[in-house]
Amino acid sequence: MRRVPAIVLVALLSILAAGCGGSSNKASSGTTGTAAAASCKKSDLNLVNSGQLTAGTDNPAFPPWFGGSEKAPWKVSDPNSGQGYESAVTYAVAKKLGFAKSEVKWIVVPFNTSFAPGPKKFDFDINQISYKPARAKAVDFSDSYYDVNQALVVVKGTKIASATSIAALKPYKFGAQLGTTSYDYIVNNIKPSKQPAVFDTNDAAVAALKNKQIDGLVVDLPTAFYVTAVQVPNGKILGQFPTVGTPEHFGMVFEKGNSLVSCVNDALSQLRADGTLASLQAKWLQADAPVLK
Amino acid sequence: MTAGGEGRRGATIALLSTIVFFTVLALAITHAPGWPEVRQTFFNWQEFKASMPEIARAFLLNVKIFLISEAFILVLALALAVVRSLPGPVFFPLRVLGIAYADFFRGVPTILVIALLGFGAPALQLSWVPLSTTFWGIVALTLVYTAYVSEVYRAGIESVHPSQNAAARSLGLSHWQSLQKVVLPQAVRRVIPPLLNDFIGLQKDTALVGFLGSVEAFKQSQIDAAATFNYTPFVAAAVLFVALTIPLARFTDWLVLRDRRRRQATRV
Repeated sequence: MRRVPAIVLVALLSILAAGCGGSSNKASSGTTGTAAAASCKKSDLNLVNSGQLTAGTDNPAFPPWFGGSEKAPWKVSDPNSGQGYESAVTYAVAKKLGFAKSEVKWIVVPFNTSFAPGPKKFDFDINQISYKPARAKAVDFSDSYYDVNQALVVVKGTKIASATSIAALKPYKFGAQLGTTSYDYIVNNIKPSKQPAVFDTNDAAVAALKNKQIDGLVVDLPTAFYVTAVQVPNGKILGQFPTVGTPEHFGMVFEKGNSLVSCVNDALSQLRADGTLASLQAKWLQADAPVLK
Repeated sequence: MTAGGEGRRGATIALLSTIVFFTVLALAITHAPGWPEVRQTFFNWQEFKASMPEIARAFLLNVKIFLISEAFILVLALALAVVRSLPGPVFFPLRVLGIAYADFFRGVPTILVIALLGFGAPALQLSWVPLSTTFWGIVALTLVYTAYVSEVYRAGIESVHPSQNAAARSLGLSHWQSLQKVVLPQAVRRVIPPLLNDFIGLQKDTALVGFLGSVEAFKQSQIDAAATFNYTPFVAAAVLFVALTIPLARFTDWLVLRDRRRRQATRV
Protein backbone atom coordinates (compact mmCIF):
# COMPACT_ATOMS: atom_id res chain seq x y z
CA MET A 1 0.00 0.00 0.00
CA ARG A 2 2.72 2.44 1.01
CA ARG A 3 4.71 1.67 -2.14
CA VAL A 4 1.98 2.77 -4.54
CA PRO A 5 2.51 6.57 -4.38
CA ALA A 6 6.23 6.14 -5.14
CA ILE A 7 5.47 4.10 -8.24
CA VAL A 8 2.88 6.62 -9.37
CA LEU A 9 5.38 9.43 -8.86
CA VAL A 10 8.03 7.69 -10.97
CA ALA A 11 5.49 7.05 -13.74
CA LEU A 12 4.34 10.65 -13.73
CA LEU A 13 7.90 11.99 -13.74
CA SER A 14 8.67 9.89 -16.81
CA ILE A 15 5.66 11.42 -18.56
CA LEU A 16 7.03 14.84 -17.66
CA ALA A 17 10.44 13.90 -19.05
CA ALA A 18 8.79 12.78 -22.29
CA GLY A 19 7.02 16.13 -22.46
CA CYS A 20 10.29 18.03 -22.14
CA GLY A 21 11.87 15.89 -24.85
CA GLY A 22 9.04 16.90 -27.15
CA SER A 23 9.68 20.61 -26.72
CA SER A 24 13.31 20.32 -27.83
CA ASN A 25 12.20 18.48 -31.00
CA LYS A 26 10.00 21.42 -31.88
CA ALA A 27 12.94 23.84 -31.70
CA SER A 28 15.02 21.83 -34.17
CA SER A 29 12.19 21.39 -36.68
CA GLY A 30 11.55 25.16 -36.49
CA THR A 31 15.09 25.96 -37.66
CA THR A 32 14.91 23.66 -40.67
CA GLY A 33 11.65 25.40 -41.65
CA THR A 34 13.25 28.85 -41.84
CA ALA A 35 16.33 27.56 -43.68
CA ALA A 36 14.13 26.43 -46.58
CA ALA A 37 12.62 29.90 -47.06
CA ALA A 38 15.25 31.14 -49.50
CA SER A 39 14.43 29.48 -52.83
CA CYS A 40 11.33 28.68 -54.87
CA LYS A 41 12.99 25.85 -56.76
CA LYS A 42 10.68 22.83 -56.78
CA SER A 43 13.17 20.74 -54.82
CA ASP A 44 13.50 23.44 -52.13
CA LEU A 45 9.80 23.98 -51.52
CA ASN A 46 8.49 23.24 -48.02
CA LEU A 47 5.92 20.53 -48.83
CA VAL A 48 3.84 18.09 -46.81
CA ASN A 49 4.82 15.31 -49.22
CA SER A 50 7.97 16.02 -51.22
CA GLY A 51 7.58 16.12 -54.99
CA GLN A 52 3.84 16.61 -54.62
CA LEU A 53 1.60 19.64 -54.17
CA THR A 54 -1.17 18.76 -51.71
CA ALA A 55 -4.18 21.04 -52.09
CA GLY A 56 -7.21 20.93 -49.82
CA THR A 57 -10.83 21.94 -50.28
CA ASP A 58 -14.19 21.05 -48.76
CA ASN A 59 -16.43 18.24 -50.03
CA PRO A 60 -18.83 18.69 -51.85
CA ALA A 61 -16.74 20.89 -54.12
CA PHE A 62 -19.29 23.27 -55.64
CA PRO A 63 -19.32 24.98 -59.02
CA PRO A 64 -18.35 27.46 -60.27
CA TRP A 65 -15.26 27.01 -58.06
CA PHE A 66 -14.86 23.38 -59.09
CA GLY A 67 -16.12 21.64 -62.20
CA GLY A 68 -16.19 18.32 -63.99
CA SER A 69 -18.43 15.38 -63.20
CA GLU A 70 -18.27 13.99 -59.68
CA LYS A 71 -15.74 11.28 -58.96
CA ALA A 72 -15.36 9.52 -55.57
CA PRO A 73 -14.66 10.72 -52.96
CA TRP A 74 -15.71 14.07 -54.41
CA LYS A 75 -19.35 15.04 -54.71
CA VAL A 76 -21.06 17.44 -57.15
CA SER A 77 -17.81 18.01 -59.06
CA ASP A 78 -14.18 16.92 -59.09
CA PRO A 79 -11.22 19.17 -58.16
CA ASN A 80 -8.88 16.91 -60.16
CA SER A 81 -10.68 17.95 -63.34
CA GLY A 82 -8.88 21.28 -63.64
CA GLN A 83 -12.29 22.76 -64.36
CA GLY A 84 -13.92 25.46 -62.26
CA TYR A 85 -12.11 28.57 -61.13
CA GLU A 86 -10.34 27.39 -57.97
CA SER A 87 -9.26 24.12 -59.56
CA ALA A 88 -7.95 25.99 -62.61
CA VAL A 89 -6.06 28.52 -60.47
CA THR A 90 -4.52 25.70 -58.42
CA TYR A 91 -3.20 23.95 -61.53
CA ALA A 92 -1.95 27.25 -62.95
CA VAL A 93 -0.05 27.96 -59.71
CA ALA A 94 1.24 24.38 -59.64
CA LYS A 95 2.56 24.77 -63.18
CA LYS A 96 4.42 27.97 -62.26
CA LEU A 97 6.00 26.15 -59.30
CA GLY A 98 7.10 23.34 -61.61
CA PHE A 99 4.56 20.63 -60.82
CA ALA A 100 3.01 18.44 -63.50
CA LYS A 101 -0.77 17.98 -63.36
CA SER A 102 -0.29 14.45 -61.97
CA GLU A 103 1.82 15.82 -59.10
CA VAL A 104 -1.09 17.80 -57.67
CA LYS A 105 -3.01 15.84 -55.05
CA TRP A 106 -6.39 16.94 -53.65
CA ILE A 107 -7.54 16.13 -50.14
CA VAL A 108 -10.83 16.86 -48.36
CA VAL A 109 -10.45 19.64 -45.78
CA PRO A 110 -13.68 20.73 -44.06
CA PHE A 111 -13.69 24.49 -43.53
CA ASN A 112 -13.67 24.09 -39.73
CA THR A 113 -10.45 22.09 -39.76
CA SER A 114 -8.63 24.33 -42.23
CA PHE A 115 -7.55 26.58 -39.36
CA ALA A 116 -7.02 23.94 -36.66
CA PRO A 117 -3.72 24.46 -34.82
CA GLY A 118 -0.86 22.04 -35.32
CA PRO A 119 0.72 20.56 -38.44
CA LYS A 120 -1.50 20.67 -41.53
CA LYS A 121 -2.12 17.84 -43.96
CA PHE A 122 -2.25 20.21 -46.94
CA ASP A 123 0.23 22.58 -48.52
CA PHE A 124 -2.57 25.03 -49.06
CA ASP A 125 -6.33 25.04 -48.74
CA ILE A 126 -8.38 26.74 -51.46
CA ASN A 127 -12.03 26.99 -50.46
CA GLN A 128 -13.40 30.53 -50.98
CA ILE A 129 -11.85 31.62 -47.70
CA SER A 130 -11.87 35.37 -47.24
CA TYR A 131 -8.84 37.13 -45.87
CA LYS A 132 -9.39 38.81 -42.49
CA PRO A 133 -6.68 40.32 -40.30
CA ALA A 134 -7.87 38.31 -37.27
CA ARG A 135 -7.70 35.08 -39.26
CA ALA A 136 -4.20 35.90 -40.45
CA LYS A 137 -3.02 35.60 -36.84
CA ALA A 138 -3.79 31.86 -36.92
CA VAL A 139 -2.82 30.95 -40.51
CA ASP A 140 -0.98 32.52 -43.42
CA PHE A 141 -2.96 33.71 -46.45
CA SER A 142 -1.75 33.99 -50.00
CA ASP A 143 -2.45 37.21 -51.88
CA SER A 144 -5.84 37.55 -53.51
CA TYR A 145 -6.75 35.12 -56.27
CA TYR A 146 -10.24 36.60 -56.50
CA ASP A 147 -11.75 39.89 -55.33
CA VAL A 148 -15.24 39.06 -54.22
CA ASN A 149 -18.58 40.80 -53.79
CA GLN A 150 -21.53 39.54 -51.78
CA ALA A 151 -24.93 39.03 -53.42
CA LEU A 152 -28.49 38.37 -52.31
CA VAL A 153 -30.51 35.37 -53.52
CA VAL A 154 -34.29 35.40 -53.03
CA VAL A 155 -37.22 33.28 -54.25
CA LYS A 156 -39.22 34.75 -57.15
CA GLY A 157 -42.66 36.01 -56.20
CA THR A 158 -41.91 36.51 -52.49
CA LYS A 159 -42.29 39.91 -50.85
CA ILE A 160 -38.57 40.55 -50.58
CA ALA A 161 -38.16 39.97 -54.33
CA SER A 162 -39.62 43.41 -55.00
CA ALA A 163 -37.18 45.26 -52.72
CA THR A 164 -34.87 47.62 -54.57
CA SER A 165 -32.61 49.09 -51.90
CA ILE A 166 -30.58 47.85 -48.95
CA ALA A 167 -32.74 49.98 -46.64
CA ALA A 168 -35.83 48.05 -47.79
CA LEU A 169 -34.24 44.76 -46.68
CA LYS A 170 -34.31 45.47 -42.95
CA PRO A 171 -37.55 43.66 -41.98
CA TYR A 172 -36.55 40.31 -43.51
CA LYS A 173 -34.88 37.20 -42.18
CA PHE A 174 -31.54 36.40 -43.79
CA GLY A 175 -29.35 33.37 -43.84
CA ALA A 176 -25.68 32.78 -44.52
CA GLN A 177 -23.22 29.94 -44.38
CA LEU A 178 -21.02 29.52 -41.32
CA GLY A 179 -17.58 31.07 -41.66
CA THR A 180 -18.44 33.25 -44.61
CA THR A 181 -18.10 37.00 -44.66
CA SER A 182 -21.69 36.95 -45.95
CA TYR A 183 -22.79 36.72 -42.33
CA ASP A 184 -20.65 39.72 -41.40
CA TYR A 185 -22.17 41.65 -44.30
CA ILE A 186 -25.69 40.96 -43.02
CA VAL A 187 -24.88 41.97 -39.46
CA ASN A 188 -22.73 45.01 -40.26
CA ASN A 189 -24.35 46.46 -43.37
CA ILE A 190 -27.93 45.22 -43.83
CA LYS A 191 -28.58 45.29 -40.07
CA PRO A 192 -31.90 43.40 -40.30
CA SER A 193 -34.41 43.46 -37.44
CA LYS A 194 -34.51 39.64 -37.27
CA GLN A 195 -31.59 37.52 -36.09
CA PRO A 196 -29.99 36.01 -39.21
CA ALA A 197 -29.79 32.22 -39.43
CA VAL A 198 -26.38 30.61 -39.87
CA PHE A 199 -26.01 27.23 -41.53
CA ASP A 200 -23.18 24.72 -41.31
CA THR A 201 -23.32 23.91 -45.00
CA ASN A 202 -24.40 25.42 -48.30
CA ASP A 203 -27.03 22.65 -48.63
CA ALA A 204 -28.68 23.51 -45.32
CA ALA A 205 -28.80 27.21 -46.24
CA VAL A 206 -30.34 26.42 -49.63
CA ALA A 207 -32.91 24.07 -48.00
CA ALA A 208 -33.95 26.87 -45.65
CA LEU A 209 -34.35 29.30 -48.55
CA LYS A 210 -36.49 26.81 -50.50
CA ASN A 211 -38.61 26.20 -47.38
CA LYS A 212 -39.00 29.98 -46.94
CA GLN A 213 -37.52 29.62 -43.46
CA ILE A 214 -35.31 32.50 -44.54
CA ASP A 215 -36.32 35.27 -46.95
CA GLY A 216 -32.92 35.85 -48.46
CA LEU A 217 -29.61 34.03 -48.70
CA VAL A 218 -26.41 36.08 -48.81
CA VAL A 219 -23.54 34.39 -50.66
CA ASP A 220 -20.61 35.49 -52.79
CA LEU A 221 -21.71 36.50 -56.28
CA PRO A 222 -20.29 33.55 -58.28
CA THR A 223 -21.92 31.13 -55.84
CA ALA A 224 -25.19 33.08 -56.17
CA PHE A 225 -25.18 32.26 -59.90
CA TYR A 226 -24.78 28.56 -59.13
CA VAL A 227 -27.50 28.65 -56.43
CA THR A 228 -30.03 30.27 -58.77
CA ALA A 229 -29.08 28.17 -61.79
CA VAL A 230 -29.04 24.75 -60.13
CA GLN A 231 -30.03 24.61 -56.49
CA VAL A 232 -33.05 26.94 -56.29
CA PRO A 233 -34.67 26.92 -59.74
CA ASN A 234 -37.22 29.59 -58.79
CA GLY A 235 -34.56 31.71 -57.13
CA LYS A 236 -33.16 34.97 -58.44
CA ILE A 237 -30.24 37.21 -57.68
CA LEU A 238 -31.80 40.38 -56.32
CA GLY A 239 -28.49 42.13 -56.73
CA GLN A 240 -24.92 42.35 -55.56
CA PHE A 241 -23.92 44.45 -52.60
CA PRO A 242 -21.56 47.40 -52.89
CA THR A 243 -18.15 47.02 -51.29
CA VAL A 244 -17.96 48.57 -47.84
CA GLY A 245 -14.50 49.47 -46.53
CA THR A 246 -11.58 47.44 -47.85
CA PRO A 247 -12.48 45.15 -50.77
CA GLU A 248 -12.85 41.52 -49.79
CA HIS A 249 -10.68 38.85 -51.34
CA PHE A 250 -10.23 35.09 -51.28
CA GLY A 251 -6.81 33.73 -50.37
CA MET A 252 -5.31 30.28 -50.09
CA VAL A 253 -4.72 29.19 -46.49
CA PHE A 254 -1.28 27.95 -45.34
CA GLU A 255 0.10 26.73 -42.06
CA LYS A 256 1.41 29.75 -40.14
CA GLY A 257 5.02 30.47 -41.06
CA ASN A 258 5.11 28.18 -44.11
CA SER A 259 7.77 29.47 -46.50
CA LEU A 260 5.70 28.19 -49.43
CA VAL A 261 3.44 31.29 -49.19
CA SER A 262 5.96 33.64 -50.81
CA CYS A 263 6.51 31.22 -53.70
CA VAL A 264 2.75 30.89 -54.30
CA ASN A 265 2.45 34.68 -54.13
CA ASP A 266 5.17 35.01 -56.79
CA ALA A 267 3.25 32.59 -58.96
CA LEU A 268 -0.04 34.47 -58.40
CA SER A 269 1.48 37.83 -59.30
CA GLN A 270 2.90 36.35 -62.53
CA LEU A 271 -0.52 34.89 -63.34
CA ARG A 272 -2.11 38.26 -62.67
CA ALA A 273 0.44 40.12 -64.77
CA ASP A 274 0.14 37.82 -67.79
CA GLY A 275 -3.68 37.96 -67.70
CA THR A 276 -4.19 34.29 -66.77
CA LEU A 277 -6.27 35.06 -63.68
CA ALA A 278 -8.50 37.48 -65.62
CA SER A 279 -9.10 34.97 -68.41
CA LEU A 280 -9.84 32.16 -65.94
CA GLN A 281 -12.33 34.43 -64.21
CA ALA A 282 -13.94 35.27 -67.53
CA LYS A 283 -14.14 31.57 -68.32
CA TRP A 284 -15.53 30.23 -65.04
CA LEU A 285 -17.15 33.05 -63.10
CA GLN A 286 -20.12 35.20 -63.96
CA ALA A 287 -19.87 38.47 -62.12
CA ASP A 288 -22.50 40.72 -63.58
CA ALA A 289 -25.51 41.63 -61.49
CA PRO A 290 -27.16 44.95 -60.61
CA VAL A 291 -25.67 46.64 -57.56
CA LEU A 292 -28.07 47.23 -54.66
CA LYS A 293 -27.89 50.76 -53.32
CA MET B 1 -3.86 3.33 15.31
CA THR B 2 -7.12 5.14 16.13
CA ALA B 3 -9.84 5.62 13.57
CA GLY B 4 -9.25 9.41 13.66
CA GLY B 5 -5.53 8.99 12.94
CA GLU B 6 -6.30 6.68 10.02
CA GLY B 7 -8.73 9.26 8.59
CA ARG B 8 -6.23 12.11 8.91
CA ARG B 9 -3.51 10.02 7.27
CA GLY B 10 -5.91 9.14 4.43
CA ALA B 11 -6.76 12.79 3.91
CA THR B 12 -3.06 13.77 3.79
CA ILE B 13 -2.31 11.09 1.21
CA ALA B 14 -5.35 12.15 -0.85
CA LEU B 15 -4.22 15.78 -0.74
CA LEU B 16 -0.61 14.96 -1.64
CA SER B 17 -1.51 12.60 -4.49
CA THR B 18 -3.97 15.19 -5.85
CA ILE B 19 -1.32 17.92 -5.80
CA VAL B 20 1.31 15.68 -7.40
CA PHE B 21 -1.11 14.39 -10.02
CA PHE B 22 -2.34 17.78 -11.17
CA THR B 23 1.08 19.43 -11.00
CA VAL B 24 2.59 16.74 -13.19
CA LEU B 25 -0.41 16.85 -15.57
CA ALA B 26 -0.15 20.64 -15.85
CA LEU B 27 3.60 20.48 -16.43
CA ALA B 28 3.21 17.73 -19.04
CA ILE B 29 0.63 19.81 -20.93
CA THR B 30 2.43 23.14 -20.70
CA HIS B 31 5.72 21.55 -21.78
CA ALA B 32 4.18 19.86 -24.80
CA PRO B 33 5.72 21.13 -28.05
CA GLY B 34 2.41 22.54 -29.29
CA TRP B 35 1.36 24.16 -26.01
CA PRO B 36 2.04 27.81 -26.98
CA GLU B 37 -0.10 27.30 -30.07
CA VAL B 38 -2.85 25.52 -28.14
CA ARG B 39 -2.88 28.25 -25.49
CA GLN B 40 -3.10 30.91 -28.19
CA THR B 41 -5.89 29.10 -30.09
CA PHE B 42 -8.00 27.67 -27.26
CA PHE B 43 -7.26 29.71 -24.14
CA ASN B 44 -6.86 33.24 -25.42
CA TRP B 45 -8.14 35.60 -22.75
CA GLN B 46 -8.69 38.49 -25.17
CA GLU B 47 -10.81 36.33 -27.47
CA PHE B 48 -12.65 34.91 -24.47
CA LYS B 49 -13.62 38.36 -23.23
CA ALA B 50 -14.52 39.57 -26.71
CA SER B 51 -16.77 36.63 -27.58
CA MET B 52 -18.40 35.95 -24.20
CA PRO B 53 -21.16 38.63 -24.20
CA GLU B 54 -22.59 37.54 -27.55
CA ILE B 55 -22.34 33.83 -26.69
CA ALA B 56 -24.02 34.47 -23.34
CA ARG B 57 -26.87 36.25 -25.14
CA ALA B 58 -27.19 33.33 -27.56
CA PHE B 59 -27.16 30.97 -24.58
CA LEU B 60 -30.52 32.38 -23.51
CA LEU B 61 -31.96 30.57 -26.53
CA ASN B 62 -30.53 27.29 -25.20
CA VAL B 63 -32.18 27.93 -21.85
CA LYS B 64 -35.47 28.75 -23.56
CA ILE B 65 -35.35 25.60 -25.70
CA PHE B 66 -34.47 23.55 -22.64
CA LEU B 67 -37.25 24.90 -20.44
CA ILE B 68 -40.00 24.62 -23.05
CA SER B 69 -39.09 21.10 -24.15
CA GLU B 70 -38.62 19.94 -20.56
CA ALA B 71 -42.18 20.94 -19.65
CA PHE B 72 -43.61 18.93 -22.55
CA ILE B 73 -41.31 15.96 -21.98
CA LEU B 74 -42.34 15.55 -18.32
CA VAL B 75 -46.01 15.27 -19.26
CA LEU B 76 -45.75 13.30 -22.52
CA ALA B 77 -43.23 10.80 -21.18
CA LEU B 78 -45.44 10.03 -18.20
CA ALA B 79 -48.39 9.47 -20.54
CA LEU B 80 -46.28 7.15 -22.70
CA ALA B 81 -45.07 5.19 -19.68
CA VAL B 82 -48.64 4.77 -18.41
CA VAL B 83 -49.77 3.58 -21.85
CA ARG B 84 -46.99 1.01 -21.92
CA SER B 85 -47.95 -0.35 -18.51
CA LEU B 86 -51.68 -0.73 -19.33
CA PRO B 87 -52.77 -4.29 -18.51
CA GLY B 88 -54.97 -6.62 -20.57
CA PRO B 89 -55.19 -7.72 -24.21
CA VAL B 90 -57.46 -4.83 -25.24
CA PHE B 91 -54.62 -2.34 -24.97
CA PHE B 92 -52.17 -4.46 -26.97
CA PRO B 93 -52.14 -2.11 -30.01
CA LEU B 94 -51.44 0.89 -27.77
CA ARG B 95 -48.61 -0.95 -26.04
CA VAL B 96 -47.10 -1.90 -29.41
CA LEU B 97 -47.28 1.72 -30.54
CA GLY B 98 -45.60 2.81 -27.32
CA ILE B 99 -42.80 0.29 -27.78
CA ALA B 100 -42.34 1.23 -31.44
CA TYR B 101 -42.17 4.93 -30.51
CA ALA B 102 -39.58 4.40 -27.77
CA ASP B 103 -37.48 2.12 -29.99
CA PHE B 104 -37.54 4.51 -32.92
CA PHE B 105 -36.73 7.73 -31.13
CA ARG B 106 -34.07 6.19 -28.94
CA GLY B 107 -32.51 4.58 -31.98
CA VAL B 108 -32.27 7.53 -34.35
CA PRO B 109 -29.47 10.02 -33.56
CA THR B 110 -30.94 13.24 -32.15
CA ILE B 111 -29.22 15.40 -34.76
CA LEU B 112 -30.93 13.41 -37.54
CA VAL B 113 -34.37 13.84 -35.96
CA ILE B 114 -33.66 17.57 -35.73
CA ALA B 115 -32.46 17.79 -39.34
CA LEU B 116 -35.32 15.68 -40.75
CA LEU B 117 -38.04 17.61 -38.91
CA GLY B 118 -36.47 21.06 -39.15
CA PHE B 119 -35.95 20.93 -42.90
CA GLY B 120 -38.49 18.26 -43.79
CA ALA B 121 -41.68 19.53 -42.15
CA PRO B 122 -41.49 23.10 -43.55
CA ALA B 123 -40.70 21.65 -46.98
CA LEU B 124 -44.30 20.36 -47.09
CA GLN B 125 -45.25 24.00 -47.79
CA LEU B 126 -48.42 23.73 -45.72
CA SER B 127 -49.55 27.13 -44.57
CA TRP B 128 -50.32 25.99 -41.02
CA VAL B 129 -46.95 24.28 -40.50
CA PRO B 130 -44.65 26.64 -38.57
CA LEU B 131 -41.40 27.57 -40.32
CA SER B 132 -39.42 28.56 -37.24
CA THR B 133 -36.32 26.40 -36.92
CA THR B 134 -36.29 26.85 -33.16
CA PHE B 135 -39.86 25.52 -33.03
CA TRP B 136 -38.87 22.36 -34.90
CA GLY B 137 -35.76 22.00 -32.76
CA ILE B 138 -37.95 21.99 -29.66
CA VAL B 139 -40.34 19.45 -31.24
CA ALA B 140 -37.46 17.15 -32.17
CA LEU B 141 -35.84 17.31 -28.72
CA THR B 142 -39.23 16.70 -27.09
CA LEU B 143 -39.87 13.62 -29.27
CA VAL B 144 -36.44 12.12 -28.58
CA TYR B 145 -36.28 12.82 -24.87
CA THR B 146 -39.88 11.71 -24.32
CA ALA B 147 -38.74 8.26 -25.44
CA TYR B 148 -35.85 8.24 -22.95
CA VAL B 149 -37.76 9.73 -20.06
CA SER B 150 -40.74 7.38 -20.56
CA GLU B 151 -38.33 4.49 -19.97
CA VAL B 152 -37.25 6.14 -16.73
CA TYR B 153 -40.85 6.52 -15.61
CA ARG B 154 -41.61 2.94 -16.63
CA ALA B 155 -38.70 1.64 -14.56
CA GLY B 156 -40.14 3.61 -11.65
CA ILE B 157 -43.62 2.18 -12.15
CA GLU B 158 -42.27 -1.36 -12.38
CA SER B 159 -40.17 -0.87 -9.25
CA VAL B 160 -43.34 -0.42 -7.16
CA HIS B 161 -44.13 -3.84 -5.74
CA PRO B 162 -47.24 -5.50 -7.30
CA SER B 163 -48.64 -5.99 -3.78
CA GLN B 164 -49.15 -2.21 -3.58
CA ASN B 165 -51.41 -2.30 -6.60
CA ALA B 166 -53.14 -5.48 -5.38
CA ALA B 167 -53.81 -3.88 -2.00
CA ALA B 168 -55.21 -0.76 -3.62
CA ARG B 169 -57.48 -2.79 -5.90
CA SER B 170 -58.70 -4.92 -2.96
CA LEU B 171 -59.73 -1.68 -1.23
CA GLY B 172 -62.00 -1.02 -4.20
CA LEU B 173 -59.86 1.46 -6.14
CA SER B 174 -60.06 1.18 -9.94
CA HIS B 175 -56.90 0.52 -11.98
CA TRP B 176 -56.69 4.22 -12.81
CA GLN B 177 -57.23 5.31 -9.19
CA SER B 178 -54.63 2.85 -7.95
CA LEU B 179 -52.15 4.13 -10.55
CA GLN B 180 -52.86 7.73 -9.72
CA LYS B 181 -52.98 7.54 -5.92
CA VAL B 182 -50.71 4.62 -5.04
CA VAL B 183 -48.28 3.60 -7.78
CA LEU B 184 -47.28 6.84 -9.52
CA PRO B 185 -46.53 8.89 -6.38
CA GLN B 186 -44.04 6.23 -5.29
CA ALA B 187 -42.70 5.64 -8.79
CA VAL B 188 -42.05 9.30 -9.60
CA ARG B 189 -40.27 9.96 -6.30
CA ARG B 190 -37.92 7.06 -6.98
CA VAL B 191 -36.95 8.17 -10.46
CA ILE B 192 -36.25 11.84 -9.79
CA PRO B 193 -32.43 11.36 -9.85
CA PRO B 194 -32.34 9.51 -13.21
CA LEU B 195 -34.92 12.00 -14.51
CA LEU B 196 -32.65 14.92 -13.70
CA ASN B 197 -29.80 13.00 -15.28
CA ASP B 198 -31.69 12.93 -18.57
CA PHE B 199 -32.34 16.65 -18.27
CA ILE B 200 -28.64 17.32 -17.99
CA GLY B 201 -28.36 15.49 -21.29
CA LEU B 202 -31.17 17.60 -22.71
CA GLN B 203 -29.46 20.84 -21.67
CA LYS B 204 -26.40 19.88 -23.69
CA ASP B 205 -28.38 18.65 -26.68
CA THR B 206 -30.01 22.07 -27.11
CA ALA B 207 -26.76 22.88 -28.92
CA LEU B 208 -27.86 20.53 -31.73
CA VAL B 209 -30.69 22.88 -32.67
CA GLY B 210 -28.02 25.19 -34.10
CA PHE B 211 -27.80 22.78 -37.03
CA LEU B 212 -31.06 24.26 -38.35
CA GLY B 213 -29.61 27.76 -38.42
CA SER B 214 -30.85 29.01 -35.05
CA VAL B 215 -28.06 30.99 -33.45
CA GLU B 216 -27.69 29.40 -30.01
CA ALA B 217 -24.53 29.42 -27.90
CA PHE B 218 -22.57 26.79 -29.82
CA LYS B 219 -23.53 28.25 -33.19
CA GLN B 220 -22.51 31.72 -32.01
CA SER B 221 -19.18 30.32 -30.84
CA GLN B 222 -18.73 28.67 -34.25
CA ILE B 223 -19.41 32.01 -35.92
CA ASP B 224 -16.82 33.71 -33.73
CA ALA B 225 -14.31 30.90 -34.20
CA ALA B 226 -14.72 31.00 -37.97
CA ALA B 227 -14.34 34.78 -38.03
CA THR B 228 -11.09 34.80 -36.06
CA PHE B 229 -9.74 31.27 -36.74
CA ASN B 230 -9.45 30.96 -32.96
CA TYR B 231 -11.22 28.24 -30.97
CA THR B 232 -11.44 30.14 -27.68
CA PRO B 233 -15.16 30.92 -28.25
CA PHE B 234 -15.79 27.14 -28.02
CA VAL B 235 -14.28 27.21 -24.55
CA ALA B 236 -16.49 30.17 -23.66
CA ALA B 237 -19.60 28.24 -24.77
CA ALA B 238 -18.42 25.17 -22.85
CA VAL B 239 -18.03 27.28 -19.70
CA LEU B 240 -21.66 28.42 -20.00
CA PHE B 241 -23.00 24.89 -20.48
CA VAL B 242 -20.98 23.61 -17.55
CA ALA B 243 -22.12 26.50 -15.39
CA LEU B 244 -25.71 25.45 -16.04
CA THR B 245 -25.27 21.67 -15.68
CA ILE B 246 -23.04 21.56 -12.58
CA PRO B 247 -25.70 22.95 -10.20
CA LEU B 248 -28.21 20.46 -11.60
CA ALA B 249 -25.72 17.59 -11.29
CA ARG B 250 -24.90 18.46 -7.67
CA PHE B 251 -28.62 18.81 -6.92
CA THR B 252 -29.16 15.31 -8.35
CA ASP B 253 -26.33 13.92 -6.19
CA TRP B 254 -27.87 15.55 -3.16
CA LEU B 255 -31.28 14.04 -3.92
CA VAL B 256 -29.75 10.56 -4.29
CA LEU B 257 -27.90 10.98 -1.01
CA ARG B 258 -30.99 12.21 0.80
CA ASP B 259 -33.01 9.33 -0.58
CA ARG B 260 -30.41 6.78 0.56
CA ARG B 261 -30.26 8.31 4.06
CA ARG B 262 -34.02 8.18 4.41
CA ARG B 263 -34.20 4.57 3.35
CA GLN B 264 -31.38 3.61 5.72
CA ALA B 265 -33.09 5.48 8.53
CA THR B 266 -36.33 3.56 8.03
CA ARG B 267 -34.46 0.27 7.94
CA VAL B 268 -32.91 0.94 11.36
